[in-house]
Amino acid sequence: MAYTVNGKTVEADEEGYLVNINEWNEDLAALIAKDEKVDMTPEHWEVVNFLREYYAEYQIAPAVRVLTKAIAKKMGPEKGSNKYLYELFPYGPAKQACKIAGLPKPTGCV
Amino acid sequence: MADKFETPVLGDVEERPMPALACGAMAQSRSYVAAPAHQEALGFPKELVPDWQEKAIAKMGDLLSRYRSLRVYMDICVKCGACTDKCHYFLGTGDPKNMPVARQDLFRSVYRRYFTLAGKIAPKLVGAKEFTKELLDEWFNYFHQCSQCRRCSVFCPYGIDTAEISMAAREIMDSIGYGQKYCNEIIGKVHKIGNNLGLPAPALEDTLAGLEEDMEADSGVAVKMPLDVHGAEVLLITPSADFFAEPHVLGLMGYAKVFHASGVSWTLSTKASEAGNFGMFIGNYEQMRKIAMRIREAAIELGVKRIVFGECGHAWRVAYSFLNTLVGPWDFLDPRYPVPQHIVEFTTDLIRRKGIKLDKSGNDGMVLTFHDSCNIARASRMGDFPGGQFVLPREIIKATVPKFVDMNRDTILEKTFCCGGGGGLLTDELMEVRVKGAKPRLEALKQVVEQEGVTHMATICAICKAQFTKVLPYYGYDREMIVSVHQLVSNTIILGDND
Repeated sequence: MAYTVNGKTVEADEEGYLVNINEWNEDLAALIAKDEKVDMTPEHWEVVNFLREYYAEYQIAPAVRVLTKAIAKKMGPEKGSNKYLYELFPYGPAKQACKIAGLPKPTGCV
Repeated sequence: MADKFETPVLGDVEERPMPALACGAMAQSRSYVAAPAHQEALGFPKELVPDWQEKAIAKMGDLLSRYRSLRVYMDICVKCGACTDKCHYFLGTGDPKNMPVARQDLFRSVYRRYFTLAGKIAPKLVGAKEFTKELLDEWFNYFHQCSQCRRCSVFCPYGIDTAEISMAAREIMDSIGYGQKYCNEIIGKVHKIGNNLGLPAPALEDTLAGLEEDMEADSGVAVKMPLDVHGAEVLLITPSADFFAEPHVLGLMGYAKVFHASGVSWTLSTKASEAGNFGMFIGNYEQMRKIAMRIREAAIELGVKRIVFGECGHAWRVAYSFLNTLVGPWDFLDPRYPVPQHIVEFTTDLIRRKGIKLDKSGNDGMVLTFHDSCNIARASRMGDFPGGQFVLPREIIKATVPKFVDMNRDTILEKTFCCGGGGGLLTDELMEVRVKGAKPRLEALKQVVEQEGVTHMATICAICKAQFTKVLPYYGYDREMIVSVHQLVSNTIILGDND
């Protein structure tokens, strides 16, 4: 499949994950989020931006626990829980948030 | 990702009627086909080869000559029907092609056409079929709706193992360039990066450091997560999901605390940072061997004396049943301990010898049941007596929680139901088959929740944990009901004072 954003076509795999992560931009993220029926709030952007920063350093999305800790640090301890992340990204913080952030899908027994 | 199917209504586990047949109900449920890059990384043809029929039949002949069991399974079925209502995918979907005998017949019809005299002369009389593209597509769909759990084989009077047939079918499909994306992409990551997740060494290091911080903050004790430590006594091989997902990671912290309290030095390895071996799911001996070889190399390089496996179902089948012939001999390891050993064996032994102390108040209010994982239940053993794989994990749970209850007898031990996501099916595009396939297990869970007040279900397999975490909410249950066995240990173990 592919996304069309600002007149440009961006290639994605069967599930909507970007083929080339460098083609990501915020407009595209908003479009992917819309397809996923996720309304992007500042809290969603915090998560997406953290995922991208972590990926830039480690070439993989962070473990769920690493993500919850980082969110707690940024947004307060009451938001540093798996439950809160599922509220933001109902299909699962790892997979859905990665898709919106333009990162590859975590694979394996997860 | 809107789901376009209805979640089944859970029935009464005591009744479990034969479902109404829903012909073709799952014909559209299809795994993604592996992309050329995924195929190439494993040395398989990039896409379906033009002369695929000829190649597939030749491959089938090769497998029949190598595995006598496969030929016996092809010839011996008497269509008695004992298997028909034993598969969780049939029970959950009602699609008759998910009856084990029908799944086998996809393979058997081709076998009869090309490898039996009657099938060559009078194919219609003996259910023999041309291997057409249409039939190949049915193979692809329905051999990826089998989790290779082997429950049907427990009830087959001849012991026909549908898992082995589904592995052979997948191997034939890989050999003609028609592989499954989920398994093959993951195996490629193991070869390239070292684990199913694709977690590079620096990320693993960072993750482990974070876990050490958390454990110290919680317990006040500096419990370590050693990585690549030369000369450690034990090499721990665990699924990479243990580094990443919940509740897996809580189990990993449990193993670390057990090692800490026992005083046995241990290490993880960046090279062998994966217990799982998807080579088994695709029935490919060479891939299985190549993946297992990393464990041998890591053990030699680090100079360890023992190998212990973490909570991973199919990894334990490969470890317990095949590791020695695959990548042995293991004569450099300490012969006084099982080669390999399971973390459940390690911990049970310590509990029995009072080498670790547990305080059940850490799990106050929890009522546990246990989900036996198929590859551990039906394809391996633990301890030194038959059935140890059932007894030992329950022994740990009973030592760590106030109350333990087993589920219905027809759904546990050797008759356990698959979680619905095993054997290479733990992928999002198969969500319908996963949700429906979990139904028999969840009917049994529902009963103990309602009658015994069960609050949590423990398991010792990364796939089971991920699958239940995903599908429980479809049935109205909380995803956090699923726990690692060593998570229970982690909550109760007394650190720092074990004299």
